[in-house]
Amino acid sequence: MVSAVVEVEGLSKSFGETAAVKGVSFTVAPGEIFGLLGPNGAGKTTIVRMLATILPPDAGRAAICGFDVRREAARVRQHIGYVPQALSADGTLTGYENLLVFAKLLGLKGTERKRRIAETLRFMQLEEAADRLVRHYSGGMIRRLEIAQAVLHRPRVLFLDEPTVGLDPVARKVVWQKLTELCRAYGMAVVLTTHYMEEADTLCKRVGILNRGTMVAIGTPAELKESTGNPEATMDDVFAHFTGDQLETGGSYRESRQVRRTSRRLG
Amino acid sequence: MVSDILAIAEMEVRKLRHDPSEVLTRAVQPTLWLLIFGQAFGHLRAFDTGALSYQAFMTPGILSQSVMFIAIFFGISVIWEKDLGILQKFLAMPVSRLALVLGKALAAGVRALIQAAIVLLLAALSGVPLRWHPVGLVSAALVAILGAVTFASLSMVIAALVKTRERFMGIGQLLTMPLFFASNALYPLSVMPGWLRAVAAANPLSYMVDFLRGALVTGQLANWPADVGVLLASGALCTALATRLYPKVVL
Repeated sequence: MVSAVVEVEGLSKSFGETAAVKGVSFTVAPGEIFGLLGPNGAGKTTIVRMLATILPPDAGRAAICGFDVRREAARVRQHIGYVPQALSADGTLTGYENLLVFAKLLGLKGTERKRRIAETLRFMQLEEAADRLVRHYSGGMIRRLEIAQAVLHRPRVLFLDEPTVGLDPVARKVVWQKLTELCRAYGMAVVLTTHYMEEADTLCKRVGILNRGTMVAIGTPAELKESTGNPEATMDDVFAHFTGDQLETGGSYRESRQVRRTSRRLG
Repeated sequence: MVSDILAIAEMEVRKLRHDPSEVLTRAVQPTLWLLIFGQAFGHLRAFDTGALSYQAFMTPGILSQSVMFIAIFFGISVIWEKDLGILQKFLAMPVSRLALVLGKALAAGVRALIQAAIVLLLAALSGVPLRWHPVGLVSAALVAILGAVTFASLSMVIAALVKTRERFMGIGQLLTMPLFFASNALYPLSVMPGWLRAVAAANPLSYMVDFLRGALVTGQLANWPADVGVLLASGALCTALATRLYPKVVL
């Protein structure tokens, strides 16, 4: 059996009195697109931040490619890419320059670096805009650039936090397409968080349903829908079935504000 | 590590190439200090600056102040990058936290150096007698960068602690003015009351001013080991603190 690239066991995190993530466990296979589906405030971003070694977990364990996120964080970072929800490309630089700094920090050198940047720009369909300042990019282009930055070193796992929030339907489909192509071309696993049921349904091979910090169900979209007993079930129905809540509720003022801010900047 | 630091600093240079307006507009304030305040107080003979004209005396002080100002308000860009996801992205990369801090501090140094060069040019144009000695100029540039790195690291510590732009602006203002006035930038230590002299002696800015004054104006660099030593020590301390606290900005 091929070993999982992401192994999470009993992961927990609290912020003061609030338990944001409570004992979450799941695995992700190589090359798989795995979605964490849940409303704002469910703990999805916190989980991804812990896996990306930005936040230390309070309890439980997580390993990326066999490296523990707490004890071997530096090794983990060599094998992952991370695209946060908020804008992470620098608007005051060109697309090319944004990639250049990441390529340098990722240890790519000389002609290999040039080649890799050119290849990635082509893959993400950003070649023509490469020398334009990012502040003139559309929302979809910015997102594709951010993904490009995160995959320059061909990581084993790519983490994306709400990758298509604020994007129009066309830009969203392009991002989905690019993510699928990346998986196929480089055997890269993708872990993304989303509160869009269509995204979980069409893009993800397996989905973990998160509500109020707890993982309530894991499976392929088909399996999850089947388990509701309703042949016409949507992911919304699946969510309601497992949690008793609606998918579109939840989330704090701070989360809503950040989602809106990102949407505004991308739109 | 070194290539990481240079990579981050290089981005700042590129940003400046795309938009140099900020450096030019920030040159206005030091120019006003030099030309208006400097002339007025020079005429007043309010401070005994020996054989030096008052304007010549205060030029290194204004230079140092503009370096410090730019470096301290560079911390704002750290908060800005946190509000965007840039900082999160850096933290998820295989780059050491020290390299991130030093890279950003050096980037502040580059900005500050360009600013200082503009101020120096303006001083020269307004008739201030400067020493155009290559060793003096290079060493002054290095000390200016060192000072910028120190103050930029300090500002990153503050950014990591306060986390919001509004709080940072408040504290930034609270710091820069006292640091400027409790130093030998505008007046010699000899005119200060005992308690203020003690504060000025503990202020890294005083040492940067002292070195720049020696390298660019008086040629008297007898104090250079103390000047460089204090800047290195305070720079190392602030950098170490900033490296510990930088990841906490996102919490």
